Amino acid sequence: MDGMREREQHEHIVGRHDHNHPAGDGKLQDGPMDLAAVRAKLESKTGKQYWRTLEELAGDPQFEELLHREFPRQAPSDWDNSVDRRDFLKLMAASLALAGLSGCGRTPEQYLVPYVKQPDGLTLGRPQFYATAMPFGADAIGLLVESHEGRPTKIEGNPDHPSSLGATNVFAQASVLNLYDPDRAQTVTKFGEIQTWSLFVESAQALAAGMKGDGGARFRILSGIVTSPTLAGQIQSLLTTFPKAKWHQWEPAVGDGTREGAKLAFGSYLNTVYRPEKADVILALDSDFLGSGPGHIPYAKKFSRRRKLNGPDDTMNRLYAVEPTPSVTGATADHRWPLRASEVELFARALAAKLGLGGSVTLAAGAEKWLDTVAKDLQKHKGVSLVVAGEQQPAEVHALAHAINAALGNVGTTLYYTEPVEAHPVNHLESLAELCADIEAGKVETLLILGGNPVYTAPHDFDFAAKIAFDKTKQKKVKTTIHVSSHFDETSELCDWHVAESHYLETWGDARAFDGTVGVIQPLIAPLYHTHSLRAALAAFSDQPGVSDYDVVRANSEAMGQRLSPMSSPEPGSFERFWRKSLHDGVVAGSAFAPLKATLKFSPASLPTPKPAPANEMEFIFRPDPCVYDGRFANNGWLQELPKPVTKLTWDNAAMISPKTAENLKVAHNVAWRGGEHGKVYSNVIDIALSNSKVTAAAWIVPGQADDTVVLPLGYGRKRAGYTGTNKGFNAYAVRTSGALWAAFAPSSAIRKTGQEYPLACTQYHFNMEGRQILATGTLEEYLKNPNFANEHAELPPQELSLYNGEAEFPYHRDKWAMAIDLNKCNGCNACVVACQSENNIPVVGKEQVMRGREMHWIRIDRYYQKSVKSPTNDPSSYDESLFNPPTFFQPVPCQQCENAPCEQVCPVGATVHSAEGLNDMVYNRCVGTRYCSNNCPYKVRRFNFLRFQDWETPQLKLLRNPEVTVRSRGVMEKCTYCVQRINDARIESEKLNAPIHDGAIVTACEQACPTEAIVFGNANDQDSRVAKLKAQQRNYALLGELNTRPRTTYLAAVRNPNPELESA
Amino acid sequence: MSAGQPPFDSPEIRRLSPVIGPGHTYGSVTDKISAIVLTRPTSLGWYVGFLIAFSVMGMMTVAIAWLVIKGTGIWGINIPIGWGFAIVNFVWWIGIGHAGTLISAILFLLNQKWRTSINRFAEAMTLFAVACAGIFPLIHTGRPWLAFYMMPYPSTMGIWPQFRSPLIWDVFAVSTYGTVSLMFWFVGLIPDLATLRDRSIRKPLKIIYGMLSLGWRGSGRHWHRYQSAYLLLAGLATPLVLSVHTVVSFDFAIAIVPGWHTTIFPPYFVAGAIYSGFAMVLTIAIPLRKAYALEDFITMRHLDNMAKVMLATGLIVAYGYFFEFFLSLYSGNKFDVFLVQQRLHGPYAPFYFALILSNILVPQLLWSYKVRHNVVVLFLMSIVVNIGMWLERFVIVVISLTRDFVPSAWGRYSPTFWDWATFIGTMGMFVTLLFLFVRVLPAISIAEMRELVAETSEEEK
Repeated sequence: MDGMREREQHEHIVGRHDHNHPAGDGKLQDGPMDLAAVRAKLESKTGKQYWRTLEELAGDPQFEELLHREFPRQAPSDWDNSVDRRDFLKLMAASLALAGLSGCGRTPEQYLVPYVKQPDGLTLGRPQFYATAMPFGADAIGLLVESHEGRPTKIEGNPDHPSSLGATNVFAQASVLNLYDPDRAQTVTKFGEIQTWSLFVESAQALAAGMKGDGGARFRILSGIVTSPTLAGQIQSLLTTFPKAKWHQWEPAVGDGTREGAKLAFGSYLNTVYRPEKADVILALDSDFLGSGPGHIPYAKKFSRRRKLNGPDDTMNRLYAVEPTPSVTGATADHRWPLRASEVELFARALAAKLGLGGSVTLAAGAEKWLDTVAKDLQKHKGVSLVVAGEQQPAEVHALAHAINAALGNVGTTLYYTEPVEAHPVNHLESLAELCADIEAGKVETLLILGGNPVYTAPHDFDFAAKIAFDKTKQKKVKTTIHVSSHFDETSELCDWHVAESHYLETWGDARAFDGTVGVIQPLIAPLYHTHSLRAALAAFSDQPGVSDYDVVRANSEAMGQRLSPMSSPEPGSFERFWRKSLHDGVVAGSAFAPLKATLKFSPASLPTPKPAPANEMEFIFRPDPCVYDGRFANNGWLQELPKPVTKLTWDNAAMISPKTAENLKVAHNVAWRGGEHGKVYSNVIDIALSNSKVTAAAWIVPGQADDTVVLPLGYGRKRAGYTGTNKGFNAYAVRTSGALWAAFAPSSAIRKTGQEYPLACTQYHFNMEGRQILATGTLEEYLKNPNFANEHAELPPQELSLYNGEAEFPYHRDKWAMAIDLNKCNGCNACVVACQSENNIPVVGKEQVMRGREMHWIRIDRYYQKSVKSPTNDPSSYDESLFNPPTFFQPVPCQQCENAPCEQVCPVGATVHSAEGLNDMVYNRCVGTRYCSNNCPYKVRRFNFLRFQDWETPQLKLLRNPEVTVRSRGVMEKCTYCVQRINDARIESEKLNAPIHDGAIVTACEQACPTEAIVFGNANDQDSRVAKLKAQQRNYALLGELNTRPRTTYLAAVRNPNPELESA
Repeated sequence: MSAGQPPFDSPEIRRLSPVIGPGHTYGSVTDKISAIVLTRPTSLGWYVGFLIAFSVMGMMTVAIAWLVIKGTGIWGINIPIGWGFAIVNFVWWIGIGHAGTLISAILFLLNQKWRTSINRFAEAMTLFAVACAGIFPLIHTGRPWLAFYMMPYPSTMGIWPQFRSPLIWDVFAVSTYGTVSLMFWFVGLIPDLATLRDRSIRKPLKIIYGMLSLGWRGSGRHWHRYQSAYLLLAGLATPLVLSVHTVVSFDFAIAIVPGWHTTIFPPYFVAGAIYSGFAMVLTIAIPLRKAYALEDFITMRHLDNMAKVMLATGLIVAYGYFFEFFLSLYSGNKFDVFLVQQRLHGPYAPFYFALILSNILVPQLLWSYKVRHNVVVLFLMSIVVNIGMWLERFVIVVISLTRDFVPSAWGRYSPTFWDWATFIGTMGMFVTLLFLFVRVLPAISIAEMRELVAETSEEEK
């Protein structure tokens, strides 16, 4: 379906996972006699529950006790008595045998023999796919996860899930690495000492019992955004038990503006769902709706479908963006105008005024003209236009956007409102402030922190660390603090208890997507360590401490099923069918929220006059990082090494400033001699004194950024993230206060150059195409006039000149694999890069190696600025008008799989050769590593293992690898293979069926992940294939076609749809 | 040298700068040359020099060991600059070797008598340079232990090297060159080895030199066969002078990289090779004749001739630069035009200008008789040319790779400590081998010098 790889055994059968957990047969029998009872207990379990037994057993206090006692019961109880050597050795052997199950978690199980009885539906060596979902903020991305013999290895999008529609984003792709992160917390600890889960449950029960008296008045729960109906239900039921307890929420990178804006406009919290597919004109008010935030994957998909150009009759939508710093959305926009974040509100007010909604604001001259045109265009497209406000913008901007959309008649067509996706929408800042005040007032005795890392992420004026830590007098404001999180982080350090949280691939759960659809989270693997879900930690405080996640989720689902399709007398087994279908599809059918009728109770005129933006002051804005988000992905090497979409920085964040501001501040870049433009750039270090705090950051100059605005990306400078994430970049939270959560102002003297330089790892510093046709671009007008504009000036060599008997091209009798990449759709989101890394076992090399120009990504996304004339150093630190707002384009570059490949000719050992299907194959075994092929590759897509980049030791990472792809050693060249393993997979299937491989049967990893459907792979010999049709388009061109390499990967020129009125200006 | 130079074109000059000093007899020649090996005490200077050179070579050994342990990543290379110092040094060393073959083979065939006193150590220099050069292509591979894949051996997998690749041509060209040079050198050594055998007093030396001299007794038949073999080998070696560097230049000319892909490379590489080779011969000859008082054998005539060859080949190289430059612009190919701009204005422009200075401008001083006859200046100039020729390879190999077709992939290169350690280490190895050579073998061909004595005395009669 939808080109998905064969989803055989997609259906989940609850009993499926037996093989993961043979209940430690090999282990327990080594144990001494006392375990016989346990084994009996194991055997008494019925098959259906069998797979969960280990977890249950682990939860069983007796069993746990048994494991955790240093020595089993038959050990001499009085250890002081003499122990002879034999006894000692026996005991040691016994305790070692148990060590695997106790202490620091389970080592990966290994089997020496194949299954005696093959599990139902499993063919060894064939991957299985299960539907699940990744909760993320006020959204959950529906996924299909590839599992090899019980190990999840690759994340794919679930085409049936509204938040995915088959595509994914970088976070979903990289989340599988989090599962195998060796730095994950692995067990329950108290004050840093390993404890048993049963002890935690006992303590929790004791705490709960103690709280009964005052109704939980001194009990607080702090969580992030919760969209899971089950988790929310559990919290609510706990709040029923303890009516005076309070539930606080703090999500550091999601603004309250969205929530409060809806409240301002409609009087209550509402959720907005956009339908960009219906909009002809879209205005993004500092909104990155194509690159982040709830629903951005389907939005990007639907948006890009409106930018499909197949023939001269096609039309395109038009996107305007005003934003302070270039985002994926801004880079995709047909018109973009850089505005300081604080001026976006003025812009929105002025727009509302222009549209006759009242109020009056004057803007700067350049913006005024821009605004006029946008307003006219929006008015011309009433009912088919859309205004989207950004997550970081204040409530007023959101309210204005609601009002403008209502005035334009867009509600119900290009957007609709539903009840909130969040189970319990609150103002997070107020919520956290209240919690802090309560703690300060001594009103909190027990604090349960469910996920998140508030010590790191809370505004620094709250000084959350001091709230929960011991002070100098060894006193604590909160008696008991419990933190449940995946890593032992900054917050865990200061909490009494730490409960290691299970990964979403290890637990049962559910979560609502951006439109309210409930997806069931089903585990792909039993917890690798002694970890527990948020639900389990919460249940420890309830009267059902041992209840399993599965039961809770299933019960909740049953209740929901009843609600969705009430049946007076449900027929027997109907729920089972419903449940299985929900698991299979990954979504609970019909659970999406229905559109609500929302009446606007807001008039832009009623807004108080805006307080004038402080003149001559610098604006400092906080933004989640495109790679590590709010810091939760800091220990994920794939994301750390992922070049950020616009800046192409890796491993660090940087204080981003515009070229003009850089000139004023005398901040400059300095390209290093080693690595240079493709690796290492020195930048000035600046001190930023803000809100009574100070942070030292490397500056980075970003063309297209608003002047006098400094972007401080969140998520870096972690002190306790793990091996990969600790002490990378600077911590922007350190200068973030509750009063200026998203934007702070300070005179430019707040920035002081320290005189030091800091090396940043930037994979593409050069942003100018140097007049070469690397990335062909044009406008819709140009395209309609001359659809062949991309090939007009290409100096293509004649194809008929050949020594081979006039046969210029080998015919490829069967299949001829090819790829077409539509640059009109690509928005540079990077999902393909991480997907490729995950699918093809691509190593992470670290900052030092990236700075030397040795990153290993098989597909890279090049970012170019158009009309930019600076050359040859291309240093944005010397100000140039052309850098004020340069049109930005992205170009994904995988191996071009040339027909006439320069690499193949020069390899002395024949390690890179042409296959019968036209692939340019790498033979790793044969490669001696002369690197000649890379030198001769005009696209520079080959990657060399300069050192042993792969981690061969860490056992967890071994589980992560795709068994169908060779793990390369050092000294070997590698590159994109068009996912040859997937091609061969389809080939084998087609040969079994004796049928040709149909179009869409092979989906490369990059294509699968792409939210905009920009990448299409297929058989160019099949005239009906999507790729052949794309290649037949006139927009299709070959990168560096004049070299006669005849690449199999071709590009479709990017076409923008500018407003002629603005163009002429 | 001496004060009161005679006018330039005076017939005296030829007498003042003979190919061999006056008054030498068979005996004196033999005594003087063999004494260096057999009787003269080993000087402290030799020990100190050898020790330094050997330590530097030790550094190379460490650098290579570390390379094998860690991988080529210890060098400064990256993507896009896949070839760095290793290939630069390889081409440089191979080029240096060319002068030796040219002197011993081509000048021999052309009957240039003046070559006699310098051909032995020039050939030795060739061998050592090839040895230094040969290290690099081997160790620069990612997996040096699999380098035998490049040999056409009967693999059970039925796989052959990929013969379209210039690197395979290199393997054959360089290994042939190394083999022929070794044979040529050894055959030339046989009569001298016999002399050493006869003159050595200590038994072990007698045995060693005896074995190496392959039973040479100096009979007429021996001399006859020796002459034929030597002539044949000279004939064999002659085309190699041209072919080896032509093939090396194909490594670049065959590729599509702007700055590499140009048809002028073969002649220009060969001229450059001879240019750098003669510079290196001068660099070695000048201290050598001083240290061992061989001014009578390596006379100003030799130095003058070598300087002239340098000037001539230097002009050919300059012509090559000019046409490379001109054709890039004339072609109208935007990538080639850009490359020229990069050389002049890019980040590596100082290297290009240094190259022009040291390879084209400075050697123009050689037009001057005074310069050619000033040993110190000549020595310094030979070093400048050596540096210049190294820079030429750096400009071609590295700078062309830094900025090729797709601007997003542009990068920069700078060598690491290990790059330098390996490079300087090979110089240590080169000097170590030279030290050993002058100590254990006659640095000047005794037999040929005796011939020369005979011929010059005949001339004088």
